[in-house]
Formats: sequence, C-alpha cells, structure tokens
Amino acid sequence: MIYRSWGRRRLLGILPAALSVAWVCAPSHARAQQNPPSTPDYSKAEVHILPVQGNIYMLVGAGGNITVQAGNDGVLLVDTGVAQMSDKVLAAVRSISEKPIRYIINTHVHPDHTGGNEAIAKAGSTIAGGNVVGDIGASAGNQAAVIAFQTVLDRMSAPTGQQAPTPEHAWPTETYTTPMRKMFFDNEGIEIIHIPAAHTDGDSMVFFRRSDVISTGDIFVTNRYPIIDLERGGNIQGVIAGLNRIIEIAIPADEQEGGTLVIPGHGRLCDIADVVFYQEMVTIIRDRVEDMIKKGMTLEQVKEAKPTRDYDPRYGATSGIWTTEMFVEAVYKSLASKP
Amino acid sequence: MSGAAWAKLLGILTILQAVLWARPVAAQTDPSGKWTPRFDEDWEERIPGPEIGDYLGLPINGAARLRADSWDATLIELPENQCRAHASDYGWRGPSVLHIWQEVDRATQKVIAYHTHLSAYGAEQTIWMDGRPHPPDYAAHTWAGFSTGEWDGNTLVITTTHLKENWIRRNGIPRSDLATARVHVMRHGDYLTVAVIVYDPVYLTEPFIRTTDFVYAPQQQMAPWPCEVVDEVDRPAGQVPSHMIGANPFLDEFPANYGIPPEAARGGADTMYPEYKLKMADMKVLPRPQKKVTNR
Repeated sequence: MIYRSWGRRRLLGILPAALSVAWVCAPSHARAQQNPPSTPDYSKAEVHILPVQGNIYMLVGAGGNITVQAGNDGVLLVDTGVAQMSDKVLAAVRSISEKPIRYIINTHVHPDHTGGNEAIAKAGSTIAGGNVVGDIGASAGNQAAVIAFQTVLDRMSAPTGQQAPTPEHAWPTETYTTPMRKMFFDNEGIEIIHIPAAHTDGDSMVFFRRSDVISTGDIFVTNRYPIIDLERGGNIQGVIAGLNRIIEIAIPADEQEGGTLVIPGHGRLCDIADVVFYQEMVTIIRDRVEDMIKKGMTLEQVKEAKPTRDYDPRYGATSGIWTTEMFVEAVYKSLASKP
Repeated sequence: MSGAAWAKLLGILTILQAVLWARPVAAQTDPSGKWTPRFDEDWEERIPGPEIGDYLGLPINGAARLRADSWDATLIELPENQCRAHASDYGWRGPSVLHIWQEVDRATQKVIAYHTHLSAYGAEQTIWMDGRPHPPDYAAHTWAGFSTGEWDGNTLVITTTHLKENWIRRNGIPRSDLATARVHVMRHGDYLTVAVIVYDPVYLTEPFIRTTDFVYAPQQQMAPWPCEVVDEVDRPAGQVPSHMIGANPFLDEFPANYGIPPEAARGGADTMYPEYKLKMADMKVLPRPQKKVTNR
C-alpha cells in the first residue's frame, strides 16, 4: 500500500485515541528505552562500519544496528538508530556512498531504530514522479521515502488535533499491510517481510536477495533475551515464528555456516547457525513456561522456578531496560493470554 | 683497512647473515605435516561418545549443568544441525586426520599463517602469525573463530576468539560464544600434543584444560567430507527437542553403570582435582545394573 498524506489524515481520523497515546503509556522497559537510566553517552559514541557482503554494510553504535544497501540507484537504510547519532550515521553513510539516500525501511517503531528518521530522511530524496507524486506534488521528492508496516505509522503519529509522539517528518511515508512487500533497488530484489505480533505488532524483516543478507530488527538480537513489547502487540509466539522464518529463508554454505548473513537488531553479525542457537534457546524457554502453565503454576511460581537459569549468564539481566524477570513475565503473559 | 680486507669482511658478514637469516625460528617444532589421532586417549568420550549425565572433571557452573540436563540427543537430527561442524577448540577431539601447513610470504619468506584441515566436516582454521589484531566484537563468529599465534619457545600458542557456541563435551555441556580458547601445540619428533585451554565466562568457573595427541603420518590420505541434510525424523518445523527441567530420565545411567556417586557425576571444578576422591569416599552410589544401560 502506497500511503500518502490524504490517506494518513483519513486513517488517523478513525484511529482509536488509545493508539495516539501508546507511546506515553509504553511499558516500563520501552519507556526506559526512550529515556533509559543507563543511556549511553552518545556524544562520545562512534558509528562503526562493517562490510557484510554484496551491497550491504552494517552500522554499529547508533542504537539499534543499521543496515546500509549502497549501489548505483542510491542508498537504502534499514532503520536509523537514535536521533542523537544522526549526524554520525550520515557521515558513515557518506563514507560508503555519495549517492542519494532514497529509502529508509523501519523494522519497528522503537526510537533506537526510528530516532534518526527525521534527520536522515531529510538528507535524502525520493525519486518522485508517476504515482509516487500523487496528491503531494513535487515535494514528494524532498526527502527519502520511509517504509514501514502500517502500525508503525499508527504508533508514531496521532489523530488530527492530538499531539503525536514523534515529529511528522519522522513518520513513515509509505506503509504496507500485507504479509510481504517487494521492491527492486540497486540491482537486487528486496523482500520486506511482516512478522505479526512478535517484538511488536509492526515488525518487518528485510531480505536482500542478491546480496543474501537478512536484516531482522529486534526479532533477533545477540545480546539479551528478545524484548516482547506486549503493550505494542508483541508476543513470544511471534518472536519464535520470526526466528523460524529467518531459518527458513537462510541457506548456509559449508558446515552450516556462512551463506546467508543475518544482521540482528542489536549485537554482532550472524549467520543461520547463530540464529538456530537463539531459536533453540527461546523455544526451549517457551516450552518450559508453557509446561508450567499447563501444570497450573502462577506467574509468581513460574518466576520462582527460574525457567531461564541455564541461559541467564549469557542473555539475562537483573537491571536495565529488559531484565530476565520482565522476559519471563512477557513469555508467561503471551502464553496465558492465548485463545 | 685495505679494499681486499673490506671485501673479505663483507663476504664473511654476508655468509653469516645468510646462515643466520636462513635458520628458521624453532624449526624443530614446526607442526606442518599430516597427523593421525591417537584414539586410545579418552576413547570412550571421543568415539562411542560421552554418556548422558557424565559431567565428571568439568569445571562447569549450574547453568551449564542444567543445559546439559535438558539436552536431548535428537537435537542433532534437526536439519539445521546435521552438518554443523565442531568448533576449532573441540575439533581436535573428533575422528579426524589432521593436516597442518604453512603460508609463507614469498618476498620475506616469513610465515604469515598456519592452516589446519581436519577431515571431520572438512573443518579448516587459519592461525595468523603476522601480528594482526583480532576483529571487533561486532564481527561475525565462526566455528573456526579468529586465531592468532606466537611462539613460546618450542610451543606454538594459539589464541582464538570469535567462536560460535559449541560444546565442551558431546553430551550437551555447552561452551558459549563469548569463550576464548588458548591452544598450545607441541611437537616432540613424530608426536604432536595439542593442549586446549577454554576460558568461558558464561559456563565455566575455571579454565578447562584438555590434551589430544597425534602421530606423524605423512602417507595418509585426506578424504573429503561432503554433508547433505536429510529428513531423519518427521517432526514439525520449529520444534526443538529438550527435556523439561528435572525430567531427564537418563541422568542416573552413567553413575549407576560405573558405580560413581551421582553427586560426583554432576561435575564442577572440584571434580577436576585428585583430592576429590577423598570426598567421594563418603558419597552414596546407586546400585549397579545387571547389564550396562546407556542411551548416549
């Protein structure tokens, strides 16, 4: 779905008011992400560039990982990091390519992935014309297009007359509501794959078919248990479905490694074997909690049983934006609320 | 000094330089060549495979123990695990013949790297000898990891980072992807001893040290190791076999079969040391079965 301003106004008019304040009512971990007590000092942070393969680079250090696709048609970014790092992200992108930034794809709504939308989109330009001008006119080309699943826009904007949680220029300019959106850019096919009700209700993974790279957003991370933002529609079953989808798409080279490379939402560059280890961990914990629920255990009893304790030294946390306890609670509530 | 004397001195220096420069560093320890493993060392663990619940002598923490207790051997049947290689810190233990060769810079004739090839899974490792730094922490991890080497006397000391997760014992005892391995390669004539020291902040309470021995076998052939994924078991995609906490029925087999106290079989740093035998004297053992039972 190509979503332009007339449609946005119309749609926002019928959005429940609750959505407009979703950001304010965010769960504590997500609020912490917006203003975490342990916020990194971004004034001293650096953006690191890691060439991945084909047309793809990974930018690390600006919040969530950023994927850069660069080629003759221009530059496409998957996510934009936190707002404070936009200048450094732009400098890093410019060191990869001088071509215009044409597209930004947001994997989900959280500000460590969308915070740079406004500044980075303004630094780019859409190829405007044909049906990409529509009612907007020539100004359609004044910034890079920002593509996301519909609910990302819903959560970043607000009904007419209400205060939106993010500036309008940071909002997605093109949304989709189908299981997949396809595009062709820089000489390769790109699949934007929606994973329903996973990390949030607006998750997209991006598969660069020629470069053979998947950018996963926060459905897959390497530095902690998956964040399940229940209040924004997240669910453990969706996270597992997303991990299974990555495994389904990725084709390893020798010894079950290499081949398709995977850029996680946070953490290091990976391949299918790394995703399999993570999927096994999340699935085993899901199965344990499910087993405990079947035995009639309450949330407190499940927490007391510490169903994650063999993985805690690797992925757990007792403080910060996403503690082990919050993860167990989110898994429990995901499963307990299923129909 | 006359011109002839200068020429003579120069000649001597040139010969001396050639002799000194041509002398390879610790050439007697060069591990290059083809090697075959000695399976009489730790046969039970390496070839039939370790028994379920045998954690003896491993400096593991409670998290590692629970992961192994939950481990179901059918995990290896999953399509995405069938062709998984051993990581380089474990690969020496496999049913593998070994080939080691040098990569030499043509201009300087310095050794840039050693390469290893193990027949199992065709696993290869590069050990950089040119002092290059290890990659940043956001770079990819591999089964081989990223290795650098240096000589400590006659011992080649390899430091490996960027390893993928793997196991310490092939019965589910894990080694995390945050571990570092330090490998000492020692050649004594036709014998090669490889001592692997694993430092794992996630699953080990002390470094874990293990040696594996090889014998020089220049005549041996290296067979290829193609691996194709097949459907071994019909199960829904995404299903991950595991034992629920406290529900693994096989954990008592090992201590019962060998008359070892179950408490000792649970491992931990204490069980590495000789004085642990004194503690074992006061521990209860399970009745031995009439016939050895194993589900490894």
